[in-house]
Amino acid sequence: MTDKIFRVNMTTLTTSIQEVPARWAGHGGRGLTSTIVADEVPPACHPLGPHNKLIIAPGLLSGTTAANSGRLSFGAKSPLTGTIKESNSGGTAAQFMARCGCKALILEGQPSGKAWYGLAMSPEGIVITVETELIGKGNFEVVGTLAGRMPAKHAVISIGQAGEMKMGAANISVKDNDGHLRSAGRGGLGAVLGSKRIKFITIDPKDGKMAIADPEKFKAASKIFTKALTEHPISKGLGQYGTNVLVNIINEAGGLPTRNFTAGQFAGHDKISGETMYDRIMERGGKPKHGCHPGCVIQCSQIYHDLKGQYKTSGFEYESIWAMGADCCVDNLDHIAEADSLMDDLGLDSIETSVAMGVAMEGGLLEFGDGEGILRILKEEVGKGTGLGRTIGGGAGLVGKTFGVARVPVVKNQAIPAYDPRAIKGIGITYATSTMGADHTMGYAIATNILKVGGSVDPLVKEGQVELSRNLQIATAAIDSTGMCLFIAFAALDDATCLPALIDLINARFGIHLTGDDVMNLGKYILKTERAFNQSAGFTNVDDRLPEFFKYEPLPPHNMVWDFTGAEIDAFWDF
Amino acid sequence: MKITVRLFAFFRDGRFIEEERDYPDRTTVAGVIDSLGIDKEAVGVTMIASRHCPLDAELKEGDQLGIFPMIGGG
Repeated sequence: MTDKIFRVNMTTLTTSIQEVPARWAGHGGRGLTSTIVADEVPPACHPLGPHNKLIIAPGLLSGTTAANSGRLSFGAKSPLTGTIKESNSGGTAAQFMARCGCKALILEGQPSGKAWYGLAMSPEGIVITVETELIGKGNFEVVGTLAGRMPAKHAVISIGQAGEMKMGAANISVKDNDGHLRSAGRGGLGAVLGSKRIKFITIDPKDGKMAIADPEKFKAASKIFTKALTEHPISKGLGQYGTNVLVNIINEAGGLPTRNFTAGQFAGHDKISGETMYDRIMERGGKPKHGCHPGCVIQCSQIYHDLKGQYKTSGFEYESIWAMGADCCVDNLDHIAEADSLMDDLGLDSIETSVAMGVAMEGGLLEFGDGEGILRILKEEVGKGTGLGRTIGGGAGLVGKTFGVARVPVVKNQAIPAYDPRAIKGIGITYATSTMGADHTMGYAIATNILKVGGSVDPLVKEGQVELSRNLQIATAAIDSTGMCLFIAFAALDDATCLPALIDLINARFGIHLTGDDVMNLGKYILKTERAFNQSAGFTNVDDRLPEFFKYEPLPPHNMVWDFTGAEIDAFWDF
Repeated sequence: MKITVRLFAFFRDGRFIEEERDYPDRTTVAGVIDSLGIDKEAVGVTMIASRHCPLDAELKEGDQLGIFPMIGGG
């Protein structure tokens, strides 16, 4: 099946299928969403207005049998940050979109009326229908109801009430193998889908198949690649404890942001740790291992049951547990799981919303540690769209302004995730310079600063951090274009066979001859394209800075402050 | 000398989470790892007082030593 561009104009309620322009042909995933946003979205436009576009693109390898290739990229101008944004997710949609022959779906325009719509994608194209039944409903009901309307094998992309209300923390949900949810969490892209009055997109690939230019070469490369992933020791820990294995090591290193970023260690760390979570999952009949898409060989997700042994949540990740846990001082894993489930249903980024809750606690809304209070506010205020609820759902920056708090951990108005930049300086450079606001996944310096993967750079010294973040951000931009889960990076950093096998997979898929240098140049091109968009939208180097309090509040236990000068940070862009 | 040893992930299996243990003076991190029957090849990170340390680092009275297998996430 030849890849095409699927386009939906929500102003005219028309759809079309187009040939791929030559300059987009070599791109996929983030490289493609960022290229299309840069080509077609006016940088100064309002993110919720008619001129923003939401681009959805499977990666270059999505839909093939390559292990861990099921990531789906969502791109637009972000309503949270005002920058270009790419947020990616697991689930089954990337693979099914690719099997529909869709290289990218472009959603543009805005309907003038009050109706809501559902889109149905198949290899024949897209059908737009008015939707009434599921409006105002949470993601779980959307996915459950659509399962009754669709053939057994289908994918769903949807927004919850938060996206309908166009909250800055609204995410986009993607159904996984088991009817649970994965999320393109960051940057409020659910609000962009809501602004176009699209509640959901279903995908039925019918008998669509992927074309592989050189199947034998693909098979051989796939074998090497899978072996590198499965044999890497980090894959073992991820399968057993999930990403939440990080709570204890980040706490031990003194970089676990606690009580709205006022300490680097949390007394209740072991109560919310991956080790405790694993024991509880086993006691209650859950599943410690679970993949977010077919073909995942790492299986970092899990099924977490409640006290009664009933399903509560899945994809229960470190950053979500840290944010609602240490940052809000909640040491009850069941409260955190309940909050995770509520945020999945409402369609909220669990990092942004939880960090916003921590700032609100500092502002006096609740006592730190009040897990019950958080659940009540999520249900009664955020879910119902009250003024307070919309403020929390607007993200940490909005909450800080509303409650008069100076300690607001955001960069470009996006909440800083689970690693304190005073104690882990490399990640601070990533937060500052990322084209998307604070985001650990843009250049995961934790690997080298803390986990000692891909070398070792002391987390408490400045030397080497800018170069480390730059190299990681370039490589990450390239990986985000392939449809690969970012967790392949641990093997790629340590196992010399991994990256060449990945490049061979891309070459065999398309019948091309990329080299390692080509892939690095792709990463550089993506970062520069994204930065140029931001500059046209009014951002300057002065926006590449961490909040002021990091400079004057030393973080225990190391009692370090953030001490990079502006010029040192700006050197990031010297490439 | 007394050393507080903290174990993480599957290193806890059949051992302990945290224990104060007696070691002779000048015991190294590697010595503690050997005393616990942990395969050094499986060790990813060791920290004394929340700072990374090499396996040949010598411990002193009252140190808190954390021993982690190779782990990752994010």
